[in-house]
Formats: sequence, structure tokens, C-alpha cells
Amino acid sequence: MVEKLDQIFVLLSHWLVGFLPAGLQQAAGIVIGVVVIVCLYPALFALAVLMERKGLGRMQNRYGPNRVGPYGILQPIADGIKSLTKEDIVPLSADSAVHFLAPIVVVVASFMGFAVLPMGRNMVLVDMDAGLLFYFAMGASTELAVFMAGWSSRNKYSLLGAMRAVAQMISYEVPLLLSSVAVVMITGSLSLTKIVSAQNAYTGIFPHWYIFTPWGFAGFLMYAISTTAETNRSPFDLPEGESEIVAGYHTEYSGFKFALFFLGEYVAMFSISGLGTTLFLGGWSAPFSFLTWIPSWIWFFSKLMLSICVFIWLRGTLPRLRQDQLMNFAWKFVLPLSLINLLVAALWRFLGEGWQRWVFCSAILLIAYVFMGLQEARSDHFGPRSYRYAE
Amino acid sequence: MSFVFYILAAITLAGGLAAVLLKNMVHCALAVSIAFAGLAFLFLGLDAQFAGFAQILVYVGAVAILVVFAILLTRSSDTPKDGGVFSRTWLAGLVVAAAVFAVIGWAVLSSVGGLPHEAAVPTVTVLQIGQALMGPYVLPLEIVALLLTVATIGAVIVAIHEKEDAK
Repeated sequence: MVEKLDQIFVLLSHWLVGFLPAGLQQAAGIVIGVVVIVCLYPALFALAVLMERKGLGRMQNRYGPNRVGPYGILQPIADGIKSLTKEDIVPLSADSAVHFLAPIVVVVASFMGFAVLPMGRNMVLVDMDAGLLFYFAMGASTELAVFMAGWSSRNKYSLLGAMRAVAQMISYEVPLLLSSVAVVMITGSLSLTKIVSAQNAYTGIFPHWYIFTPWGFAGFLMYAISTTAETNRSPFDLPEGESEIVAGYHTEYSGFKFALFFLGEYVAMFSISGLGTTLFLGGWSAPFSFLTWIPSWIWFFSKLMLSICVFIWLRGTLPRLRQDQLMNFAWKFVLPLSLINLLVAALWRFLGEGWQRWVFCSAILLIAYVFMGLQEARSDHFGPRSYRYAE
Repeated sequence: MSFVFYILAAITLAGGLAAVLLKNMVHCALAVSIAFAGLAFLFLGLDAQFAGFAQILVYVGAVAILVVFAILLTRSSDTPKDGGVFSRTWLAGLVVAAAVFAVIGWAVLSSVGGLPHEAAVPTVTVLQIGQALMGPYVLPLEIVALLLTVATIGAVIVAIHEKEDAK
């Protein structure tokens, strides 16, 4: 029974495919997987938007949406209908072809990452040998789409927003990749299913998740910082800083195209949280050995939604950074620390079992963190701004 | 030569041609990134996963952005006033592209004889590539890495001049 519940979606897909002739079965299985992904995540998007608006309202001492349906829970549907019926405005001087393509590329590239994410035991669309590489390749394509949106709008704010977004995404992609490489080094594989199964083991009741090792903990923190920047979420939401540049690269988008950007942002958030879950939080494995009877997909989606809640919590808590602070933080703090973390992961791998590696690895990371933190705090990067090119 | 190959080849060729022929520089940069992506999918069609994904990650993700930034920073991105989609110098662009293609094609064709004859298609996994890079080819890899680091530091030094009274 427990086994059946764990595999319920896999069995359901097999049962549906069973109605077709043998030649079509493989293709039909893939189509079913794609359709489920394309339907599921927009539904989660609606839920997350409502959660975000309600949660932020709570944090900021106001109600949030409360007019549509009981407690405002039908608000996402109202928003969807509104954005579908609004006029689609394209500026006269805009580059219409590129302006039209940009939101589509954003959404498609954001959805591609789900193809390799294992969402439960045996629940992965394509079990690719180079899954992690595929994921980052698809993630990198969104940068060009953001630029397309900003440039084709022929608007100063759009272009500024796009330049900010691209600079930020390129800067934070380096620590994002480096913190993931540590996981690849320890597992010895780029396949995400292998990374999960390497973490799906228990000592006593505690799991072997990578976050419970010194290098994994440091790596997870840097991964979390980089993903927040990569998805343009607060406190790194300069590309769409409302108080400075209207809405950044999607200033000139209205109606459903704007909704597509919004969807793309949230889908990217889901998929990158899913990747973080897979890399550091044990993917679909249970947090304690006595909880393994709960279906694997429940664990995956619980961890995913928990990450989304942290994103929302951060947005309600932290003020927005300044552009120079953002860059200094990426290149002078996160990047060196993730390089050190790479060395520590190698040390962890070659010191062998025993308590020594825990002490050594934790000590190195702690010393590096304290030393670099003190140096950064002492320097004047976080003080008043100094201008080099504009005076 | 399957059906998929012809579709990908058509996309890649169209992207390349558009990059040479179009008038607006940013359009050219976007077209060239389509050609990059098409090439990457052709690599995937040949079962070269690592090469394909690295192509997308590096070329579509980074090189295309670099090209676009270069165009914007040198103010070549202004839309030309006179009408028409194609560049006035399209013939020159086409000739240069064809010449480069001829040189590369000649090099590839003349090196075919030197290749070992494999009876079956070898399957190369990412693991094998990694082991080759960390084993027999570690010295070239390190030299390339050093070269790139030096180039990066050099670029930063050239780009920054510290002013005396910078505040």
C-alpha cells in the first residue's frame, strides 16, 4: 500500500499509456510527463502568488487580498482573467518581433529545467547523464531573453533594468555553479537522480543530506544567496526596482505578456528551489528514517514550498541592495568563499571517514568566513557611495 | 541523416545567414545565438551531451551576452534610419563568411585521413571526459586556465584607471 502510494503517479502514467499501441507508448509517456509539469507548476504559481501577497500583507501589518472569494483565495483566478482581457500594448518604436519573442523565451527556458529534476522516486522526465549541466545550460538562456525584453522596448528604464539584470545574473551564476560543483565532486556524477540516491541513506535516524556536512552547509548558504540574485528576488531585485526604474525590463509589457514574465519568474524560482532541494536537501528522501513511509513526492514538494516561504520571508524582511554593494558582495565575498568551499569539499573527500575531517573542514570554513566578513565590514564598500564615472 | 538533422541544420543555417545579412547589429547578435543553439542541438544529436550543453552554457549564456554588451557600449545599436531589413554591406559579409567556411571546411576535409578508423560509434560519457581532463590532459587544461586568468586580470587592469582624487 505504502509502496503503491509512493509510486502512484508513475503507475497512473503506465496505466494511461497502456491503452496505446506499443509503438507509441514511449512518446505518450513523455507527453504525459510534459503535460503534468506544464499544468502543475502554473497551479503552484497561483498558490505561491496568493501566499506571497497574504504573507507580505501579514508582515507589513495590512490585510492583503481579501475581496475575491473567502479570505481572498480566488484572487489568482481574478488576476489571470484580468491579464487575459487587458489590452496588449506594444510601443510604436519597439522592435515588435523581439518584443513578442522575449516573454516566450523566458517562460520556455524556465520550464526546461524541470525535465531533469527528480520529483519523487522514479519521477524524473529525462534521467540524463549530464542532468546538472542541462539544467544550467537552460538557466543561462534566460539571460538573453531578459536582454531581448529590455532592449526591444526602446525605453530607458527597460534597457537599464535589462543591463542590471544581465550583469547581476552573470555575476551570481559563477558562485551558483561553483557551489553546485562541490556536490558533483563528492557524488562523482552530474546525474541528479544519482545525487539524490547518494543522499538517501541514514545513520541512526539522521539522513546523509549534504547540508549536514560543513562544506554542504556553506555551499547551501552560497547557493541560496546566488539563487535569490539569479531569480531577481528581493533583496537583489534591482533589475525591477520600482522606486528607481519603474519595473525594469518588463516596463513596456502589458496584459498577458506581463503575466508571462511574472509566471517565468515564479517558475524559475520553483525550479531553482527544486534544484537546491535535490543538491543539498536530499531531494525526495525523508528527513528521518522512521518517516520513509510517507510518499517521496510529498517530501520533494514540501521542501520546495518551504524554500518558497523562505523567499517570501526574505522579501518581507530585507531592504534592497545598491548596485555597487551587489557586485562587491558577489565578487569579493561569495565567489572567494565558494572557491574555498570547493577546496574544503576536496579535503573532505580525501581525509576519509572519522572526526578529523569534521573539525578541519569546519575550522577552515569558519576562519575564512570570519576573516573575510571582518575585512568586508572594515572596508568602505558598505559606506556611502563613491563615484568613479559620474561626478 | 534523419529528419531532425535537417530541421536543426536549417535553423542553424538560417541563424548564421541572418547574422551576416541583417542591418540591425543587435538582431545579428540574436541571430548568431540562434545559430549557436542550433549547433548545440546538432551536438546533442551526435550523442555528445557534454559538448552540446557546454555550447549552450558558454555560447548562448555568456558569449552572446558579451557580444550584445559590446554592441550596446559602442553605440552601434542605433536603428538605421533608412528602410530595409538587410545590411548594405551584405555581399561583403557573405563573402567573408564563405571564405572562413571554405578554410575550415578545407582543414576538416584534409584532416579526415589522419583520423583513426573506428568500427563502431564510441560512447563517451561525461565521466570519461572528466577523467581525461584531470588525467592525461591536466597540463593543457591548467595552462588554458592560467591564460584565461591572466587575460581577465589584464582586462581589469586596462579598464580601471585609479584617479588621484577619486572619492
